[in-house]
Amino acid sequence: MRRDGASNLKPTDTADPTYFHRVVDCQWACPAHTNVPEYIRLIAQGRYADAYMLNRESNVFPAILGRTCDRPCEPACRRTRVDGTPVAICRLKRVAADLRGDVSARMPRIPSAKNGKRIACIGAGPASLAVANDLLPLGYEVVMYEQLDKPGGLMRTNIPAFRLPAEVLDEEIDVILGMGVDIRYNTPVTSLRALMGEGYDAIFVGSGAPRGKDLELPGRRDTDRIHIGIDWLSSIAFEHVESIGEHVLIIGVGNTAMDCCRSSLRLGGTDIKVMARRPRPYFKASPWELDDAEEEGVHIVVNHSPTRFVVEDGRLTGMEFERLEWDEGARHSKVLETVFFPCDDVILAIGQENAFPWIERDLGMEAGEWDMPVVDPVTMQSSLPGVFFGGDSAWGPKNIIWAVEHAHQAAISINNHCSGMPLTERPPQHMNLVSQKMGLTEWSYHNDYNPSPRQQMTHVELTRRFQKLNIEVELGFSAEQTAREVQRCLNCDVQTVFNAPLCIECDACIDICPVQCLTITTGGEEDDLRTRLSAPAANPEQALFVSAALPQTGRVMVKDEDVCVHCGLCAERCPTAAWDMQKFELTLPITLMTAEPAGVA
Amino acid sequence: MPSIVKPSVTHPAAAQNSRGLTQRDYEGAMSTLCAGCGHDSITAALVHALWELAIPPHMIAKLSGIGCSGKTTAYFARGAHGFNSAHGRMPPIATGASAANRDLTVIGISGDGDSLSIGLGHLGHLMRRNLRMLYVLENNGVYGLTKGQFSASADVGSTAKGGASNRLAPIDAMLLGLSAGATFLARSFSGDKEQLVPILKSALAHRGLAVVDVISPCVTFNDHEGSTKSYLFTRQHEVRVTETDFVPPEPAIEATIPENGAAWVVMHDGATVRFRSVPAGYDPTDRAAVTAYLQEALARGEVLTGLLYVDEAPPDLHETANSSREPLVSIPYERLCPGAAELSRVGAR
Repeated sequence: MRRDGASNLKPTDTADPTYFHRVVDCQWACPAHTNVPEYIRLIAQGRYADAYMLNRESNVFPAILGRTCDRPCEPACRRTRVDGTPVAICRLKRVAADLRGDVSARMPRIPSAKNGKRIACIGAGPASLAVANDLLPLGYEVVMYEQLDKPGGLMRTNIPAFRLPAEVLDEEIDVILGMGVDIRYNTPVTSLRALMGEGYDAIFVGSGAPRGKDLELPGRRDTDRIHIGIDWLSSIAFEHVESIGEHVLIIGVGNTAMDCCRSSLRLGGTDIKVMARRPRPYFKASPWELDDAEEEGVHIVVNHSPTRFVVEDGRLTGMEFERLEWDEGARHSKVLETVFFPCDDVILAIGQENAFPWIERDLGMEAGEWDMPVVDPVTMQSSLPGVFFGGDSAWGPKNIIWAVEHAHQAAISINNHCSGMPLTERPPQHMNLVSQKMGLTEWSYHNDYNPSPRQQMTHVELTRRFQKLNIEVELGFSAEQTAREVQRCLNCDVQTVFNAPLCIECDACIDICPVQCLTITTGGEEDDLRTRLSAPAANPEQALFVSAALPQTGRVMVKDEDVCVHCGLCAERCPTAAWDMQKFELTLPITLMTAEPAGVA
Repeated sequence: MPSIVKPSVTHPAAAQNSRGLTQRDYEGAMSTLCAGCGHDSITAALVHALWELAIPPHMIAKLSGIGCSGKTTAYFARGAHGFNSAHGRMPPIATGASAANRDLTVIGISGDGDSLSIGLGHLGHLMRRNLRMLYVLENNGVYGLTKGQFSASADVGSTAKGGASNRLAPIDAMLLGLSAGATFLARSFSGDKEQLVPILKSALAHRGLAVVDVISPCVTFNDHEGSTKSYLFTRQHEVRVTETDFVPPEPAIEATIPENGAAWVVMHDGATVRFRSVPAGYDPTDRAAVTAYLQEALARGEVLTGLLYVDEAPPDLHETANSSREPLVSIPYERLCPGAAELSRVGAR
């Protein structure tokens, strides 16, 4: 007897690349949409150069990012929801970069005939460099203005060498400069009006967020032992600062604070305290950076709000703090007592902001909150046609990977602008789905689930670490660690693709699924469906796939994407091939735009 | 064979039964049957039922004969005792196992070849004796393991994959049971776990022999247009005679509003099976009426499913034979073996 499960819910539209893209959590979370699972498989096969080039296509700086990325991909990684810890994506990226060998022949080729368009980039940080990387292969000429005598922006000045060695930085920057950037060192831009008068076809502002926030408390101006974090880090990078006092207080608990406290240890500090106003769950620093600092002996002090610098006889002796007690959610606090911490130096790492003293206010550039230029979030253009922003200069401090993505979008806009096309006409996202079936029960990917725990990064011994400022702390993964870590990846890009008309509702896929992802049931609204699946679908962030009505009963196949381990057993046990495992490949608009994408051989 | 063993990873929120076990703990080895085989679905339904009833795996004895069905006992309850017997000889082995330890939950898995051809004699007598066990008949109408010849349950006029038509009358296990005195007869469909799982749970709570005839399509040899045991045919011709809810004995049973045609049967362990008869007036305790109804339905070409007949009154084999209450394994040797003198005294009687 036919039991009709008429569904009023529309079947999931998997023709829209967004659906399968979201299943690849890491790629979806990455601002530049790096194809993580594919490069991890390439590493597994020992194809490091291919893995590097695939990375470079979207994130431009794989070696730099392999050490310093903010890793939005890792908290998103499905593996976290399956066994508690994400795949060490960032560390694997470094493996590909470290072992890539000579890839110079595979870099984008630069046409000798130029297209006659000249672009000015302000600043030689990641955003400007990525813009140059995208536009030079198309025949553009790029002039880059840098106030310092070296390129790299905050990647050089604010990231200490013990995290990012200068050689690694230089190597990737030199590739881009070598494409023919006309770089002008020691040339700060002092007037946008003057620059606009030089006849550039477009101007890209990638000057970062260069102003570290100050802390105006009593005593602030009575000593020279209070330093602004990012300025102090940059003085270290340029070897203007070579020592610090024994007792150092760092104010603020973001990633800059972590770099400041660890740099202090290397410049002679022995008693380093990071002073935080709020409890630990509200810290801005990435958990791994906190771990690394604490491993080195930095003391993190919570719930202390600074009130006064104590300066006696012109000498900084310490700081006064109010010790706070917070309510749940850390919204309101009350003061418990006032406490004194002695110190020789204070480093302020409480944030940084944009500053555009060189943009004339009468140019007509629309300004928004805090007097910052209004930037279109899609096109990256300001209200002045042909003037684009990206990186930290667009909306304040973010990170390198966001700067790269801003640059890609700005490059698309600049190309449209220079070709007379509307900026809103963005190149489309395309997807490819290719079956991974190699035989009856054989797949072209390693489909077994590997229960290995996340591999731990080995660090240089503590005793050796502080001998020199630039000893890289992280040693990188060993071959064995790499071999284990790559297999922790769940291959989320190898999608479970369902073809409803073929299904005979035998339940084989439901019975074999190790994590109870699948259900055949009568249709209904999503909220209702989520309550009657094989296992509770309690994570609304993760999509439900709902098929078209099945031929025999009119019920629907429902898949909760949340903890699918992409083992392919549903497809293997399907007698009619209604399920198939197909590799999803997203073609990024930036790749589509550039004439010769750096593809995988 | 699948490329990999089912990964050990489980859903982080996988539910646990009262023994703290997940459904995965009631699974067995990887199936080597064809992809899409109904038998695998029955295995999954058994896993579900055993898990829900929280039966300790080491107190289960699972037995089978020969055929595709004979393999399936390997695919569930890996912690249970198992015996793979000769063709059609599962019932006597099960009788022996149960005689030795009546505390065991005995589960026999058989097929239409194993039960209705070579093992028919054993099945008939198992029904008469009312041995307390769950007897699952995985019924696909063909000899799958020998490439799709008609079995004794194939309907007249149904065709083999090659096109030949069957002309021999089928044996209906349910009608056989009704005439041989079986006390629990149910039919279900491997593609319908909503019905199958409560039936298996009720069967496991039954006092005597519970025969569950499950239409289990053979995807390789008998899932084509001329088949009467295919997924599509079964779905198109299935008539649910009863809707079955199994209510375990633990919670207080509060019958609220008796629905039209609802009936309750209290199992020997206090559990309850609640029926809703789909054709009004169907009485699953009336042997003569059920026999008549089954024969009429057969003539109409309907596949009746549900718990078709149940009688909790007749004693099971242990009661009839007054066998040992205590498992033989826990009886001291002196008591278990009375010695040569006692034996010759019995022999001389």
